[in-house]
Amino acid sequence: MEKTIDGSRATIEVRNVHKRFGSTRALDGMTFTVHPGQVTGFVGPNGAGKSTTMRVILGLDRPDEGAALVGGRPYRELRTPLTHIGALLDAAAVQPSRTARHHLLWLAHSQGLSAGRVDEVIRQVGLQEVAGRKAGGFSLGMRQRLGIAAALLGNPPVIMLDEPFNGLDPEGFRWIRGFLASLAEQGRAVLVSSHLMSELQDSADHVVVVGRGRVIADMSVRDLLASVSQGRVTLRTSALTQAMTVLAREGATVSSAEAETISVTGLPAEDVVALLGANSVPFSEISEHRASLEEAYMELTRDAVQYRGVVPEEAGR
Amino acid sequence: MTSTMTRPRAEARPGRGGFGRLLHAEWTKFRTVRGWTLSTVGAVLIICLVGLLATAPASESHPNGSSALPVGPDGEAVNDNFYFVHQQLRGDGTLSVSVSSLTGVVSTGPTDSKAGLAPWAKAGIIVKDSLDQGSAYAAMMVTGAHGVRMQYNYRHDRAGRSGAATQESPRWLRLRRSGDTLTGYQSADGSRWTEVGHAHLPGLSATPQVGLFVTSPSVKEGTGTGTGFAPAVATGSFDEVSLGGRWTDGSWQRGQVGRDAGTSGSYTQDNKGGATVSGSGFRVTGAGDIAPVVAGPATSGVRTIENFLVGAFAGLIIMAVVGAGYITVEYRRGMIGVTLAASPRRGRVLVAKALVMGSVAFAVGLVAAAVMVPFGGVRSKANGFPVLTVPTATELRVVVGTGLLLAVASVFALGVGTILRRSAVAITLVVVGMVLPYLLAAASVLPDGASEWLLRVTPAAGFAVQQSVERYDQVVTVYAPSSGYFPLAPWAGFAVLCAYAAASFGAAVVLLRRRDV
Repeated sequence: MEKTIDGSRATIEVRNVHKRFGSTRALDGMTFTVHPGQVTGFVGPNGAGKSTTMRVILGLDRPDEGAALVGGRPYRELRTPLTHIGALLDAAAVQPSRTARHHLLWLAHSQGLSAGRVDEVIRQVGLQEVAGRKAGGFSLGMRQRLGIAAALLGNPPVIMLDEPFNGLDPEGFRWIRGFLASLAEQGRAVLVSSHLMSELQDSADHVVVVGRGRVIADMSVRDLLASVSQGRVTLRTSALTQAMTVLAREGATVSSAEAETISVTGLPAEDVVALLGANSVPFSEISEHRASLEEAYMELTRDAVQYRGVVPEEAGR
Repeated sequence: MTSTMTRPRAEARPGRGGFGRLLHAEWTKFRTVRGWTLSTVGAVLIICLVGLLATAPASESHPNGSSALPVGPDGEAVNDNFYFVHQQLRGDGTLSVSVSSLTGVVSTGPTDSKAGLAPWAKAGIIVKDSLDQGSAYAAMMVTGAHGVRMQYNYRHDRAGRSGAATQESPRWLRLRRSGDTLTGYQSADGSRWTEVGHAHLPGLSATPQVGLFVTSPSVKEGTGTGTGFAPAVATGSFDEVSLGGRWTDGSWQRGQVGRDAGTSGSYTQDNKGGATVSGSGFRVTGAGDIAPVVAGPATSGVRTIENFLVGAFAGLIIMAVVGAGYITVEYRRGMIGVTLAASPRRGRVLVAKALVMGSVAFAVGLVAAAVMVPFGGVRSKANGFPVLTVPTATELRVVVGTGLLLAVASVFALGVGTILRRSAVAITLVVVGMVLPYLLAAASVLPDGASEWLLRVTPAAGFAVQQSVERYDQVVTVYAPSSGYFPLAPWAGFAVLCAYAAASFGAAVVLLRRRDV
């Protein structure tokens, strides 16, 4: 798909943002950049500061220190902000007695957009059938679509969604995942938060992992996997002792729980194969057990999760 | 469903200016909530309905007399009832007279009376456009307790020498007509004259009625249960009646102007109006008044235009509920975040909300009042209740003021709602602060002193803008909330409400800017 978005406007920069709510430190030097053309996952346990960061980006919460920029500019300077960044923070934030179409209509009017644009986004998210119904009767999935329609209204180069997968059925889940990918393909910067890495496993190209108000890891999904992958390789060989000696000499941790089977950690499978080949050690089978993204994430955030009780979600509110 | 993302076509158009967009968005928000549009229509209806119920004719007490009050040159309802010894004179000239006594009788029961004089009993000379009630005039007079006065066209009153007229110390009075200008003079001896004042009566007839008059309003008396008014008549002795300039003596005619004594009094059982020749002068007995009609116990059968608008408080409550809810619903649902993300300049958001809310509430008050004032008047007259006519400018102020009252009250509620972020508390505050004092005062639940205090310091002071009746120093009544008189002038009372609204709105803007959403 052709790129339609000006990449220079399609960024979010969060720079050293600190924010306290009373005695609770919600953000503690949060710093990261969201780049165009990819889906960036924003992951961390509950209370890590994801929502607060997003609220700071949207100018809803004022940081004690630091700044957030959208397309290089502070949010409060934007005159028609929805044409710069579309966001969905809370799908329940609609007036129940107003129809979906009217909800989008007032938003469109606030940005100088036409009613025709409202009908376009309604079609895009597939709400044509229910657009004339009151939003109060909407299921969570329909509200998510309505919120996404609102985010798309201004055709913004940046899209930001807070926990869009929460409470969705598998179909809704698949739909949003495909939708996000297509938005990124068009060259938009897409930031999606979740407290479950598994939700992002197949959706995000890049992840920003946060805990206790600061960034723990900021890297591509591939690099993240590699960096924490304590790859365990299982090897079947008749030359048990010889194999263990060769591998241990190269720094791997080896153990054998059953006959003709060795468990190797600390060396990638390729290196194991190369070593055994170079030393002419025969083996009949080798299998690599890769760490999942979820395992990588648990590893990274173990420290942060221990403080869950101290830094509650929506702290200070 | 799989993703079928189509490439968005519409780019943001610059369109109208920033604030215009915001106003458009807030208006769209308002009109797309059915509860709010229905409340708006309902507020108009309830103002009319309460007004109709409150002024429904009581079946047993049908007021007597005419259902129309005479109207003075300035458009206000007047009493124009007096005994008149007069002749029609052409062109310019002077009339002079000495008044040597003014005495009176006050009715104390159906058959009893006692000597007594109303403070504003009047005996003097008058140049009057015609014998029709409400016609233009200028008069010099001796009063019961306020000395010599020059009065003209009902509303205007200027003091001359104080003290009572007696046989030993009579008061000499003179009126000079010169075109449209009438000049009043007084003298202690009939030879040295001093000017008391002058009046311009544009379009005064070339052949006005000129002569001697006596009249007396009823007397205000404290009773065990409150303030009462007792019918009274007055008798004045006139001597040395002389015409000057081009005016020359013709024959004096006598008669009552107005059928009875109007709303300000009546003749008693034994004392009717009349005039007798005595020496070189006349003794004239009369009752009534030449003055604007005011509200109060003496005019209980008379409707004022604000009577037709008593339902305004009910409409005001509805608009206050909508005004508070217009912002608090956004807090309750978290929609305020969507609003402020769409429009990060927060003060402007609140200003746009206030403009939308205020305009809607203004329209409610304006439409309801524009319907009720004329309709209530027609209906009352049809039911036999006279309506206290007021000048067009006053009527306009009451109608527009009702709109403004609702507008400012709804903005007040919007401000309080923003500060508290809770609808129920905000509405309670506005109703208790504004509507309750008004109702307590209007229903005479509290003593007048307490009512007046409340109507000065609470936002209820704003209801003063609906007051059509005026205060006159030269007319005695109970100038108190129970009679429809607010302690502050209409716009002054309205300014008190505006101050409350401005304070709440200002605090709301500061808080909204400062707070994390």
